[in-house]
Amino acid sequence: MFYREAGDFKTSYEADSQTFPIAFDRYRYWVILAVAYLVIPFLINDYWANAILVPFLIYAIAAIGLNILTGYCGQVSLGTGGFMAVGAYSCYKLMTSFPDVSIIIHVVLAGVITAVVGAAFGLPSLRIKGFYLAVATLAAQFFLVWLFNKVSWFYNYSASGQISAPERMLFGAPVTGPNTEPWVQYMVCLVFVTICAIIARNLTRGTLGRSWMAIRDMDIAAEIIGVNPLKAKLTAFAVSSFFIGISGALFFSVYLGAVEVGEAFGIQKSFLVLFMIILGGLGSIFGSFAGAAFLVLLPVLLKVIGVDLLGWPTDLVSHLRLVIIGALIMFFLIKEPHGLAQLWRIAKEKLRLWPFPY
Amino acid sequence: MSSEFLYGIEVIINGLMAGVLYALVALGFVLIYKASGIFNYSQGVMALFAALTLVGIMEGQVPFSHLINAIFGTELHHFGWEVPAFLAIALTVVVMVIFAWLVQRFVFRHLVGQEPIILFMATIGLAYFLEGVGDLMWGSEIKTIALGLPQGNARWLEDVTSALGDDTFYGFFVRQLDIVAALVAMVLVTALIVFAQYTKQGRAMRAVADDHQAALSVGISLNFIWVLVWSLAGVVALVAGVMWGAKSGVQFSLSLIALKALPVLMLGGFTSIPGAIIGGLIIGVGEQLFEYTIGGPFLGGATENWFAYMLALLFLVFRPQGLFGEKIIERV
Repeated sequence: MFYREAGDFKTSYEADSQTFPIAFDRYRYWVILAVAYLVIPFLINDYWANAILVPFLIYAIAAIGLNILTGYCGQVSLGTGGFMAVGAYSCYKLMTSFPDVSIIIHVVLAGVITAVVGAAFGLPSLRIKGFYLAVATLAAQFFLVWLFNKVSWFYNYSASGQISAPERMLFGAPVTGPNTEPWVQYMVCLVFVTICAIIARNLTRGTLGRSWMAIRDMDIAAEIIGVNPLKAKLTAFAVSSFFIGISGALFFSVYLGAVEVGEAFGIQKSFLVLFMIILGGLGSIFGSFAGAAFLVLLPVLLKVIGVDLLGWPTDLVSHLRLVIIGALIMFFLIKEPHGLAQLWRIAKEKLRLWPFPY
Repeated sequence: MSSEFLYGIEVIINGLMAGVLYALVALGFVLIYKASGIFNYSQGVMALFAALTLVGIMEGQVPFSHLINAIFGTELHHFGWEVPAFLAIALTVVVMVIFAWLVQRFVFRHLVGQEPIILFMATIGLAYFLEGVGDLMWGSEIKTIALGLPQGNARWLEDVTSALGDDTFYGFFVRQLDIVAALVAMVLVTALIVFAQYTKQGRAMRAVADDHQAALSVGISLNFIWVLVWSLAGVVALVAGVMWGAKSGVQFSLSLIALKALPVLMLGGFTSIPGAIIGGLIIGVGEQLFEYTIGGPFLGGATENWFAYMLALLFLVFRPQGLFGEKIIERV
């Protein structure tokens, strides 16, 4: 009744090609933005910021990045953790080398550096496909982690081998370092997420996104009808790595403050982000958010239920978490290979008819 | 002979021994991939699970004791008996066969005809699931396998070979366990080849690997063959798990050997059993030699973490189907 195209007249090309063609979706979008920007910052406390909201926003950026590569362009990557590490370490080097430049510029530059690295590791994708490529990206993962561990220039020769973010201000409030307020962390990540999501959504709707999808659906056929595979694959790697780099930079500087590369950006991180996009939905920006929210919330929820309510030991709950995540992934692949995003699409179809049967 | 040359040979021998173990894991991959087109990422976790089960049965642990204790507030840990090794191995094989049947029945039967990448991701999910189940069943502390496998280095080999060099050379240092592992791997591979070539089920297995539809049409049950290959892969995983577990303890890092087997497969080709073995040897020798000659002295060590992947990556750029893989023909 409320959710339908009928009666929503478009009188210009811009209106016709907008992101949300249904009026209800547009209102929903603005309401969510308003809640995220105007309500949550005033309610947020340390627990919510650190346990749920900030990791959710940061993983959402990483999931959008990986979704562009895997979901839209069909190139499976297991190197996400390594690319996040590139973002984190380049952000650290920039922060310590140019202390007077704004942190925002550092984060964006970290993304650009990661994009270059990602494109370099994407070069073999022109020859290697499918599983072979997935394994080849493992080379990036292990090599990059090893590099940041062994070459002490990257962590400024600190004795512990860790990198820790110095305090940086933005509009008079500390953004990084131990004195950061939770709402500042949240707002910085939120601004980045919003911009990244808008960029990603529009890229995937445009020429570039279509060439990615053509490559994903059948690369030889795409090549024959004139899609340049070199350009499509390398841009997918670069754009994807750009987002992943930004998320790595935020993960290090704003969220954790100090990281050790093998622990924070190991192979487990690559799998975590991959699971986010499988559960959320391959080839969907909404799915990236849904998957990130799901996999950030699930451990917290299990911990609250298992440890706090039932009083089980922590290691038992963490084993149960593995079982549940694994079972969910298999369940989703069997029942709904397109993930949470597909459930959302089905719900929208139903809403369009509601309350009438046809 | 100069000692440096001899040390080089020692590195190569140790690399070969490590390579045999990589090949053992890779073999499990190839078996399943050939018969069902599933790229089974969970092979490493299967090795871990099999080793955990073996240790758990031998020590008479109560399965899921932590979970039961947490739910019912009991204090169960052990049955109080110890199972002899051969019986425990037989029981573990039974467990792996049941596991194979469950996986086939509840997961992959529903995924027949899906894209390979979906199947691959399902096995990643399976890996997580199995890792969690293994930890829940037997606990997550590091365990040792008490099968009576020889430990320490092979003294006799040192004594025999120390005569080759001058006074500063004390003979080749090779662990006895590695030699045993290499022998076991050889026996296992021979047994597999004999099974595949000369038995009825083995022939059926090869038929399925060749062409699913044709195999179906001559009356071969695909479900049975798939359970069979998953069981075989489970047995291979058990052997690999025991060998690696005896080397470094049965713990989570065992499941990461699956990742090491991936470059082996890329080198050897996913569909070739000899390829898996030769690929394993190349990777084993390659990473030890690289660490010895370049990685250790010039790059700060620990290069074996990534060398195998880089080698495979470079190799694939020139030969995308691997050493022995079938030529990839693409049609629109």
